[in-house]
Amino acid sequence: MSASINKQKTGKLALIYTLLILGALCFMIPFIWMLSSSLKELPQIFVFPPQWIPKPVRWDNYARALLKMNFPLALKNTLIITVFTVTGQLLSSACVAYGFARLRFPGRELLFMLVISTMMLPSQVTMIPVFIIFKTLGWVDTLKPLIVPSFLGANTFAIFLLRQFFLTIPKELEDAARIDGCGSLRIFFQIMMPLAKPALVTVGIFAFMGSWNDFFGPLIYLNSESLRTLAIALQTFQGQFTAEWNLLMAASVVVLLPVLMIFFILQRYFVQGIVLTGLK
Amino acid sequence: MGKKKEFSKPNKQRPGSKKEAVEGFLFISPWLIGFLIFTLGPLIASIFLSLSKWDIFADPQFVGLQNYSKMLVDPLFKKSLWNTFYYAIFSIPLGMAGGLSLALLLNQKVKGLPIFRTIFYLPSVTSGVAVALLWKWIFNPEFGIANMILNWFGLPSLQWLSSPHWAMPALIIMSLWGIGGGMLIYLAGLQGIPQQLYEAAELDGAGSWSCFINITLPMLSPTLFFQLIMGIIGSFQVFTQVYVMTQGGPANATLVYVLYLYQNAFQWWKMGYASALAWVLFAIVMVFTLIQFKLAPHWVHYDVL
Repeated sequence: MSASINKQKTGKLALIYTLLILGALCFMIPFIWMLSSSLKELPQIFVFPPQWIPKPVRWDNYARALLKMNFPLALKNTLIITVFTVTGQLLSSACVAYGFARLRFPGRELLFMLVISTMMLPSQVTMIPVFIIFKTLGWVDTLKPLIVPSFLGANTFAIFLLRQFFLTIPKELEDAARIDGCGSLRIFFQIMMPLAKPALVTVGIFAFMGSWNDFFGPLIYLNSESLRTLAIALQTFQGQFTAEWNLLMAASVVVLLPVLMIFFILQRYFVQGIVLTGLK
Repeated sequence: MGKKKEFSKPNKQRPGSKKEAVEGFLFISPWLIGFLIFTLGPLIASIFLSLSKWDIFADPQFVGLQNYSKMLVDPLFKKSLWNTFYYAIFSIPLGMAGGLSLALLLNQKVKGLPIFRTIFYLPSVTSGVAVALLWKWIFNPEFGIANMILNWFGLPSLQWLSSPHWAMPALIIMSLWGIGGGMLIYLAGLQGIPQQLYEAAELDGAGSWSCFINITLPMLSPTLFFQLIMGIIGSFQVFTQVYVMTQGGPANATLVYVLYLYQNAFQWWKMGYASALAWVLFAIVMVFTLIQFKLAPHWVHYDVL
């Protein structure tokens, strides 16, 4: 009897592994296909059924693609936006979150309800007036519209997340510091911020990905060629070299690479972040 | 502000001291300013804009509810709404079922769990133009691997993004590549279900299907509910992949709501009509969210234990 149960168990396990491996293949194939296409010569791109091994391997596709999409400039613009956005979101959302979590002031609950309800508000509803504000300020076709809002708590989700985190930090720590004469600002910077590091890394990762991948913002605010971000440069590149899929894939690999690298370095925080955001 | 003054106060802060209140407002001031400038102000302005005709260059003209009544006879509005529903109705349930299935497989105490988890999750961290280009190439009607895989199974090649019938299914298939985020959330939920529940059910002779229906699903229901709401909000805002892959074509088969809104606002400068479209989008998302909250008590269990 136990033998038949064992057999059943092995059978079930085999089925599970078969499904998992098949699934894993399905998820990896697009990446493999992208990489393989990026190294092919153009004639080999236009073969059906497609061949998986590039022959010859054309590493110079990458150099050509980067040159054609004016990569250094697009990278510079994207980096400026990303660095400022991440800094802005971390500073402003942590500061606001601390205020909501720890300091008592009239109307706090009501204002926090507002924070939560703006999380549900589709950005399209405010998009047009916001565009007009930036246009009136003369900021259209500058990087400012993509940067400034993040310093003003634009990411309410980050505020929510950090507030929840601050609430879990024991209040005694803070009280002790206050007795020693620490002001709120010092407590925030020297006690709360260091303790919140894991949550801050999570918020930082999401801010980075959001701004690195952002397409809509640059699309409506940036016109000049000199201000193109990587996302816009890729899209323009596609318009110019419609059929050169090897170069398009090489350029796409380069744009995806930093995201993938950050993922592998900070995987722990990704997992933690996604679980935090999903279980509220 | 000296040490002595601080010290002379009682140890515990008095609730709601004036200094604390001022500090509180200072700490939340970045958000408060941002909220007034970038949310509340625009929200009010947007209501007025939606009642006006405005091409951004001349002065806005008040037209009452004309923008809204125009939608009723605008075939592109209806088309874009239908397309968005089509996308949502398939991508949300398929994505949730797929993510949950992967999570269930990974929850079987498999070896190499971290590797599988990474592989399934990896695609969902990528997004934007690069991924859209990759899938455009995958769905290439002549040389793409989507058709190669169809041919393996003896099925004929499809035109995919160039076909009004297959362009939307292609976008839905593409969306399934990103189900890893949901999978992680479900996996965390599954690992939080007390093992005793299953043990007790097994003693009562329950099979694995009955365990799934009577234990796993109810215990996961708050998570599923949250994912459903976020899924609805997300699928109504699809933009980048459509803009990059099809520009809404062919024959408006993939003209999704936000793309149509974008075209009205930033290509045709119909700011009034676009604002009205935005409010309708908001209303639709709100209605769906409210319906879900109304239905929730029937299937979401917040405290089973």
